[in-house]
Amino acid sequence: MEQLAVLGRWTLEFFTRLGRAHILLYYLIRAVPEIRRHPRELIRQIHSVGGRSLVIILVSGIFVGMVLGLQGYNTLVDFGAAQSLGVLVALSLVRELGPVVSSLLYGGRAGSALAAEIGLMKATEQLAGMEMMAVDPIERVLVPRFLAGLVSMPLLAAIFSAVGIFGGYFVAVGLLGLDSGAFWSQMQAKVDLVNDVGNGLLKSVVFGFASTWIALFQGYDANPTAEGVSLATTRTVVHTALAVLALDFVLTALMFNKV
Amino acid sequence: MHSRNVEIAVGGFMAIGFAALFMLAMQVSNLTLLSAEKGYSVTARFQNIGGLKVRSPVSVAGVRIGQVTAINFDNKTFEAVVHLHIAERYSSLPKDTSASILTSGLLGEQYIGLDPGGDSVLLKDGDEIRLTQSALVLERFIGQFLYNKAQEGEAK
Repeated sequence: MEQLAVLGRWTLEFFTRLGRAHILLYYLIRAVPEIRRHPRELIRQIHSVGGRSLVIILVSGIFVGMVLGLQGYNTLVDFGAAQSLGVLVALSLVRELGPVVSSLLYGGRAGSALAAEIGLMKATEQLAGMEMMAVDPIERVLVPRFLAGLVSMPLLAAIFSAVGIFGGYFVAVGLLGLDSGAFWSQMQAKVDLVNDVGNGLLKSVVFGFASTWIALFQGYDANPTAEGVSLATTRTVVHTALAVLALDFVLTALMFNKV
Repeated sequence: MHSRNVEIAVGGFMAIGFAALFMLAMQVSNLTLLSAEKGYSVTARFQNIGGLKVRSPVSVAGVRIGQVTAINFDNKTFEAVVHLHIAERYSSLPKDTSASILTSGLLGEQYIGLDPGGDSVLLKDGDEIRLTQSALVLERFIGQFLYNKAQEGEAK
């Protein structure tokens, strides 16, 4: 009987959290037009969410591209198709790794910071203080961060892919001695602007939406204690990773289903 | 002053982001290819085009000079009509150039290879390439090979 009650409580909690997350999303979207009153705040948040994620995105992009180059070469050379390395690197990065890996990094770097910041604001009653002064914390605190995440994520993913392709180029042409012209021309022949680059961009917009929403909700919904903030931060990273990977499967199935 | 530095940093971030997007669009994807470049179109008729697709490359001596822009089917002659777009700077191909459908590598994609002839009249926009060689269909090739083998056996 007790087990049954635990299961019921767990289910109810899960659905109330889900409901609260969607109510928060509704308030967020409703307050989005108010951003024109705080353009400075938006810029500040793009800096803290996007600009400061730049280093980790650049470094991991280069290394992911270089590893793709090496691994792809080892497989392709068996088929005598090493010239297609450029296509392999570019398609994997633009379609999959760029959006997915950069949003996982984004969730770990920026999402956790957002959740901790907002959770701590709540724990130290700054959000309640704002409400007392008739300032809507959703409009003043959450919306700029939400929009900053939406703007930054596609740019970060594009930077990741671009840097990764140069990393792959460095390995293919610099280290393995492939032909530079074949690397680029095969890539240009096989990568489509709308189907590959466009869909990758769309993926990163969706991931940016999901991961920022998760981070904001976890921070806003955190228990106002030290433990609650720590739990919110952990949950943000875990939920972001799960949501991004699951969404990636759904989006890939919808976008690249021509086979 | 501090707020100005933040603005500069964000501006730099946005610039890098859009530069990356621009690079993906221009350098990585097929946007740059000859579709945007000026050039001329010629047609070629084939009995069988195999796995040729729109945007397949057109090359001379292994150098890519254009791409396939459309593939149609002629209802009267039952032939495939392939439209080729060739960049303007390669406008010195003679009129008796021949076109054949080739495969790059063993597993590679199919492309159109042009072999320049010796005519002094050059190909112009709207011309048709008369000499064509269809794609090699492996099944037919093997079938023919087996047929020849069988005939050899009978002759003995």
